[in-house]
Amino acid sequence: MLNFIARRIAAGAVLLLVISAFTYLLLSVPDIDVGRQLLGQGADQHAVDAKNTALGLDRPVIEQYADWLAHAVRGDLGVSWFTSEDVGTAVSGRLPVTLSLVLGVTVVTTVLSFLLGVWAGVRRGAVDRAVQIIGVAGYALPGFLVTLILVLVFAVQLGWFPAIGYTPFTESPGGWLSTVTLPVLSLSVASVAGVSQQVRGAVIDVLRQDYVRTLRTRGLTTRRIVLKHVLRNASAPALTVLGMQFVGLLGGAVLVEQIFGLPGIGSMTVAYTTRGDIPVIMALVMLTVVGVVLINLAVDILIGWLNPKARVA
Amino acid sequence: MSENLPATTAPEPGADTPQVRRTGTVRRVLRNPLGALSALILALLVLAVLLAPLLAPQAPGASTLSEAFAQPSAAHPLGMDSAGRDILSRILYGGRGTLGGAVLALAIALVLGVPSGLYAGYYGGRFDAAAGWIVNLVMALPAMVVLLASRAILGPRVWVLMVVLGVLVAPSFFRLVRGIVADIRGELYVDAAKVSGLGDTRIVARHVLIVVRGPVIIQVSLVAGIAIALQAGLEFLGIGSTSSATWGAMLNEGFQNIQRAPRLMLWPGLALGLTNAALVLLAGAIRDALDDRAGAARKRSRPRKVRGRPAGIEPATRTASLADATGRSPLLSVRDVVVAYAQADGTDKHVVHGVDLDVHPGEIVGLVGESGSGKSQTAFAVLGTLPEGGRIARGSITVDGREIVGLPEREHRTLRGRTLAYVPQEPMSNLDPAFTVGSQLAEPLRHHLGLSRAEAAARALELLRMVEIPNPEQVLRRYPHEISGGMAQRVLIAGAMSCEPDILIADEPTTALDVRVQAEVLDLLRRLRTERGLGVLLVTHNLGVVADLCDRVAVMNAGRIVETGDAADVLDAPQDPYTRTLLSAVLDDAPARPAWQPHPSTARTATA
Amino acid sequence: MSMQPSNHPAAHREVSAADALLSVDRLRVSFPGKGRRAPATEVLKGVDLAIRPGETLGLVGESGSGKSTIGRAVLGLAPVTSGTVTFAGRRIDRLSARRRRGLARDLQVVFQDPYTSLNPSRTVGDTLAEPLIAQGTAAGASRERIADLLGRVQLPADAASRLPREFSGGQRQRVAIARALALDPRLIICDEPVSALDLTTQRTVLDLLLEIQEATDVAYLFVSHDLSVVRFMSHRVAVIHHGEIVETGDAATVTGTPSHPYTRTLLLASPVADVAEQRRRRAAADRVAKKEQQT
Repeated sequence: MLNFIARRIAAGAVLLLVISAFTYLLLSVPDIDVGRQLLGQGADQHAVDAKNTALGLDRPVIEQYADWLAHAVRGDLGVSWFTSEDVGTAVSGRLPVTLSLVLGVTVVTTVLSFLLGVWAGVRRGAVDRAVQIIGVAGYALPGFLVTLILVLVFAVQLGWFPAIGYTPFTESPGGWLSTVTLPVLSLSVASVAGVSQQVRGAVIDVLRQDYVRTLRTRGLTTRRIVLKHVLRNASAPALTVLGMQFVGLLGGAVLVEQIFGLPGIGSMTVAYTTRGDIPVIMALVMLTVVGVVLINLAVDILIGWLNPKARVA
Repeated sequence: MSENLPATTAPEPGADTPQVRRTGTVRRVLRNPLGALSALILALLVLAVLLAPLLAPQAPGASTLSEAFAQPSAAHPLGMDSAGRDILSRILYGGRGTLGGAVLALAIALVLGVPSGLYAGYYGGRFDAAAGWIVNLVMALPAMVVLLASRAILGPRVWVLMVVLGVLVAPSFFRLVRGIVADIRGELYVDAAKVSGLGDTRIVARHVLIVVRGPVIIQVSLVAGIAIALQAGLEFLGIGSTSSATWGAMLNEGFQNIQRAPRLMLWPGLALGLTNAALVLLAGAIRDALDDRAGAARKRSRPRKVRGRPAGIEPATRTASLADATGRSPLLSVRDVVVAYAQADGTDKHVVHGVDLDVHPGEIVGLVGESGSGKSQTAFAVLGTLPEGGRIARGSITVDGREIVGLPEREHRTLRGRTLAYVPQEPMSNLDPAFTVGSQLAEPLRHHLGLSRAEAAARALELLRMVEIPNPEQVLRRYPHEISGGMAQRVLIAGAMSCEPDILIADEPTTALDVRVQAEVLDLLRRLRTERGLGVLLVTHNLGVVADLCDRVAVMNAGRIVETGDAADVLDAPQDPYTRTLLSAVLDDAPARPAWQPHPSTARTATA
Repeated sequence: MSMQPSNHPAAHREVSAADALLSVDRLRVSFPGKGRRAPATEVLKGVDLAIRPGETLGLVGESGSGKSTIGRAVLGLAPVTSGTVTFAGRRIDRLSARRRRGLARDLQVVFQDPYTSLNPSRTVGDTLAEPLIAQGTAAGASRERIADLLGRVQLPADAASRLPREFSGGQRQRVAIARALALDPRLIICDEPVSALDLTTQRTVLDLLLEIQEATDVAYLFVSHDLSVVRFMSHRVAVIHHGEIVETGDAATVTGTPSHPYTRTLLLASPVADVAEQRRRRAAADRVAKKEQQT
């Protein structure tokens, strides 16, 4: 097992390396004159050159990347070109906001999807059709459209939640809850729709297995069979989808943070990528890839635990 | 599932087979109300957007500041926006960019994903490994973040971003196609085509594309929805192109004025929502239509044996009733049982037509028939585990003298495991792959007998010893995939015996096993009968197994019992014509083929 | 079960290279293990076989014995590690894809499962046209040939326009046989062709195969797990166990008075539909088992 985790982490490191090189080189293609942008059109050419030299932009791209990499492996992600903020500090200051969203959505999605999916798969009939309609609706509407509707109804019309802003948990747990509720709900609609369908399908599939019939002939109750055998066997495919939803979630967070004015990683992405601030973009891309690698690893470990046949090592 | 599920019977040659109607997928999609509606909506949207210059009241950029936020009027049916521009015109023109961009992204994704998926799936090897690696890499990137970064690199042109989006979604096509093709590559019909001398290109064209087509079309409509949503999202953020009208930018404008005129969000939101909903519903309708077509074929791909009876044989009347004239067996007695399945049209389809059976304590009764004869259905009726839609429509079944037809599920369940037990056909698929052998054996013990964890484990060990499994302590800790088929069947027998039942219903318990293992399992069943006075109902198609194990036998054909009697009598001197046909097809007594002669015409006379 | 001794000597050795249509010599096949580090499993460990024109060689074994792999290796569907396969005097174990396609005229197959050996979404006519297309037969001639083939396997002529799901297992197997016959091959590999069929259907398909052999002098490699079926179909029988041929000889000897202990256990373990005879067999099997325990 440790062997497996070590191999996966090594593969993740290679992935990070490849993506970082790839991104850095691509980002350097447009040949933006950063010094000119910073100092304005009226600035003196000498001053611009001096600024570029200070940022290390007069060196070949490969050298710039090597320099970035050498610092990055030591945990130094550099300084923003445009705001001179330390990138590590800026990112870690905004991380709790996005993590609040991501964790909230994961909890809501897991709980609701399994409840709805198992209910629909076991009961079938009208319950099943209702869950399927919810699924199609949630899947069909673009996430940010759902968000706008929720804002309009719950924030603007009913005024139950603030339409904008963020309160840190450490400052006021109640305030935190009221600021993250709508964003989490908006992001959860699509993931619940997707994952509950998957759970439903897996439950129906497992219920058709021969061993479920054999368990029935042993006199076990349906409740026991569903809670113990069906749930465990149906969880693996659902977890895979949950992992994939997570990747999509990182994109969804961009829009949702923008709409609710949350100072998270997503809104930071919008603000910095449009300017071509390479140190910040690199940090954000690395952070996302690390997140994805870790989630995939967690999903694989969980699936191995649930399904001994898929176990590695 | 059993091979005896009711399905349309395809008769052997000679009988007239009705032509199964084949309708096109397109027509089936359109016959589905939701499919037709979503296709109509999409068609209208595309048409309206294409004809924007004719339909729009004015140019999308024309603004009359004095009419900002104007309510709908005859000249401006949807009203005016914050800059006094006509909303309808902007929606119509905006759709061009939205739909056009989605088409571009799709085209790129298809071109990249489908051919590479075909190649990787069909040939595997290094290309597959390399492509798989790249795909995992691309899929690890969140699309929105990459699009934002691309915008920084490549500038704010929407078309360019759509190309990037195409690249980002291409892996979903690659994976889909690769997975399907890799499955098809292992199909016997592809092997047969290779042996027929077809080249790879022809095989792909004839056998692979036809299967890939449907799922790819479904994926196209889903990905189109995603592309539209992402594109609108970018525009909403204000980082698409700012010069032209787009649905996303219109939403953003509405959002800015959410307090003053939330109405502005309605029309672009509706356009976006409608387009996406139509795409998802259309995908669903196509999936249903394809499932419909493949459904019959898939249902048929699993059964192991052919149904149907030889022409000219009428179901004969019973030659002897298994039960004595004095009455019914005290252990298990089946009288006049009819098993029916509810059909889609509301009628019932009968698969067992009034069966009588008795099993006495310590007796092994064979229930023999070909596939589709209703023998497994009879067994499931006794167990109370008929598949969905099936029920006992008439008759009586008594177990230990107690009537079980019409018994509530809760009470029926108390019989299962403790009085009635079941041994299935396929050993592997009947053990839960996620739990160890020990835990599966212990579960009913703890549930029924209320044993503690330790007691149940000790009893499970005892059960494995009883079915003569070597190293039982180790086997308890193993998972089903770690033991052989023969051992799995012993574990299932141990499980069936765990709560000391009186009757064992064994459905083809040795059919999936090799003959040497079969002989061992038959010995085991014989010993259990002798030692415990167990009554056994043995469902089988194998007359050799009947001769080996059964005291009495009932022969089933087309849902009826045609003959019953002592096993030796029925096998030696069958009375019913169907039983005779069955026995004459047995090759045990046929002479061996004589040695080969170089002249074929004179060599084969002793074969009949 | 008749037990008359045969006066034919064990037949494998007597098939000379010149006589043989197909000759398999010291054939080894191994499949790579799953995962990178798993060791390869050797399925065939040096198999020798020979079949003469118009002859049926029965190949009996249990699941996992490698019996189907022999057929697949001859057809080029399984990787040959070492050894040779010679067909009509020509080595065919390492052919290029193009040469292998040319062999379709002579070498054909009928698989076990008639549910998966026909593409469910192609009509029977399409399936039967496949070998003809590969040979470049014109459409008109092709249609005629298909009608002729359907007649030979006793299927109605309108079967060509129907899908496999409209047919029973036995009928599908007839379609598979018709496909194998399309190019008048000299050898057909029959891989468990009747084990998925009901007893009565099984017999009619076997009779059809015999009839075809009589009419065309085609040779069969008849792979099966069922001794009685092999005995009925084959001139000679080879018994395979763990990837090795343990016994070869004429059908009456191998399936009546086998010389190898494995074949004897196999024979005694196969139940017969006769209560008295089966009791005798069981007793004999018990004796053998006891004797084995003592030694």
